[in-house]
Amino acid sequence: MWNYSEKVLDHFLHPKHAGEIADPDLDATVGNMTCGDALRLMVKLDDRGRIADAKFQTFGCASAIASSDALIELIKGKTIEEAERLTNDDIADYLGGLPEEKMHCSVMGMEALQKAIARYRQQPFELEDEGKIICRCFGVTDRLIEKVIREHNLKTVEEVTHYTKAGGGCRGCHPQIEAIIAKVHGEKAAVAAQAPPKEKPLTNIQRIRLVEEVIENEIRPMLKADGGDIELVDVDGRRVQVAFRGRCAWCRVKDFTLKGAVEAKLRELVDSGIVVEDVGGRLPQP
Amino acid sequence: MSKIIYLDNNATTAVAPEVCEAMEPFLGEYYGNPSSIHTFGGQVARYIEEAREQVAELIGAHPTEIIFTSCGTESNNTAIRSALAVNPERRHLITTRVEHPAVHNLCKALAREGRAEAGYRLTELEVDSQGMLAIADLGNALDDDTALVSCMWANNETGVLFPIEDLGALCRAHGILFHTDAVQAVGKVPMNLADLPVDMLSLSGHKLHAPKGIGALYVRRGTRFSPYLIGGHQERNRRGGTEPVPLIVALGKATELARKRLDEEQTRVRLLRDRLEKGLLKKCPGARLNGHPEQRLPNTTNISCEYVEGEAILLMLDQHGICASSGSACTTGSLEPSHVLRAMGVPFTAAHGSVRFSLSVYNTEEEIDKVLEVLPPIIRRLREISPFGREEKATAKR
Repeated sequence: MWNYSEKVLDHFLHPKHAGEIADPDLDATVGNMTCGDALRLMVKLDDRGRIADAKFQTFGCASAIASSDALIELIKGKTIEEAERLTNDDIADYLGGLPEEKMHCSVMGMEALQKAIARYRQQPFELEDEGKIICRCFGVTDRLIEKVIREHNLKTVEEVTHYTKAGGGCRGCHPQIEAIIAKVHGEKAAVAAQAPPKEKPLTNIQRIRLVEEVIENEIRPMLKADGGDIELVDVDGRRVQVAFRGRCAWCRVKDFTLKGAVEAKLRELVDSGIVVEDVGGRLPQP
Repeated sequence: MSKIIYLDNNATTAVAPEVCEAMEPFLGEYYGNPSSIHTFGGQVARYIEEAREQVAELIGAHPTEIIFTSCGTESNNTAIRSALAVNPERRHLITTRVEHPAVHNLCKALAREGRAEAGYRLTELEVDSQGMLAIADLGNALDDDTALVSCMWANNETGVLFPIEDLGALCRAHGILFHTDAVQAVGKVPMNLADLPVDMLSLSGHKLHAPKGIGALYVRRGTRFSPYLIGGHQERNRRGGTEPVPLIVALGKATELARKRLDEEQTRVRLLRDRLEKGLLKKCPGARLNGHPEQRLPNTTNISCEYVEGEAILLMLDQHGICASSGSACTTGSLEPSHVLRAMGVPFTAAHGSVRFSLSVYNTEEEIDKVLEVLPPIIRRLREISPFGREEKATAKR
């Protein structure tokens, strides 16, 4: 039995902000059903750019639902710039603390907010879109792992698992997580950013053509071999919207296919800033 | 909080009032050590022997075949380590993918390489989508190197019953020791070990209305045995340690009650379980049963509701005083859902939303109806909050 605070139980049993917003300005989902928790955050802005209303839909345990509700309590009435500074600790503190093993629920809240903001600004979402997947069981990137290690001064794999779930499944990635812990603590100074090499920018029309070409010649044949298929729905700047068809549409690991295969291929062959979204799936999208 | 509705009897059970009454004198007046030479101590020894007879009678064994232990886990550890100790030249262990941690984790530990010696070879038999074993798989796994086969009688999460007689017969034909963890089965299904090809069997007191801290191991006469706890001469040199007399007496009484109530388990409890199960499957859209519908304990049902998470269901049931459990990851602190449901190939989406109800003779029809009234709205509420499962709802409306 978890030792949940009164506040956690209250927000779980009587969430104030569960629901949907018909035409949200910000909308993002993190996590998925396979992982055991997922959070969709929807935000409506007023004409002065403040968060007028926000709603969540969450699949998960009591602390996941409570964290989602707390997140919205904390961001309502703020501007995006103010909300952006919210950390997972703010959520956990607001709830009167969370059990150590449940800290990942507060991290999920923070992630959802940052992803929604990144999508709104049409920027790639650093914690998901950049970096590489370290934990395949729960789809956690090295970026997120590094972030929590740095912010919470984590020292062990177990702590990283509590905050991100990474390493909580098959344990195959434990050596990699250990390496990241060593790297962060060892060379904190050396992490100072090195400017990435400049690429020659593509024009919109070039990018669209290239995306079409790569999907047709590289990606579709690969998916078709497994009985799946993909359709290009739209290209908006570096945002590429696709829809999975055939077997892919129902595949349990389609998120990995989306990020690990489709996006990786497009980044390799078209533009390293590309973000791919699945708009044909089961979740309603803006 | 409203009155407790206890539907988690595979986790532990209420101590029967008759059992409390039977053990009480041994917590007070009769505190002597049964090994003592004086009458005051020595007189309690016969109550231990009486309890041994009661336990033996429930499972169709001879009293000398019963060793009292501290719990089911100790019984399992004793049986498995004994089988390996008496077959030092054999290095292969066979078990199943769905065992209780008391067997599962022990076998995993034995399979790991130690500092001094190589680990045992471990074969874990697969189960199908209904949680059933294929006898042929055991046949294929057996070899000259096999020291022991250990298969549970009834699964704690799904209640699925394994074909113990067939499994045991196959082992016996090959001259290989067969152990069964029957912690969930004893007292719920009839068994007569005199007629069964089982060499060792584990049982636990607190699963059949005795207190926690007492278990027993059946070891068929003539089976070579090596003790796990080494100490005094207690239990005919098979388990050292002063006998916990009150607990042994309690287990004796509990097994006697269980024998009398076996019919009730098979009829009234089964009917209540079926009422609960049918009601939930009907009232909760998208609910599915985990485990074989017939080959199952009469008291257990394990149901998955997709798109909602088990811990959330349990905590909402808790608000109504209803106690159940879940194979969801979040309830245990591990991050992956139940190994049993995963071994059965239950999709993660359904495994996260699994709820297990396990009944006892103390449950009533009103209690079951209360669950049937309370649970469907909880599932609906959690689905409303969940970002998944929209399509299902849309189809239901049409």
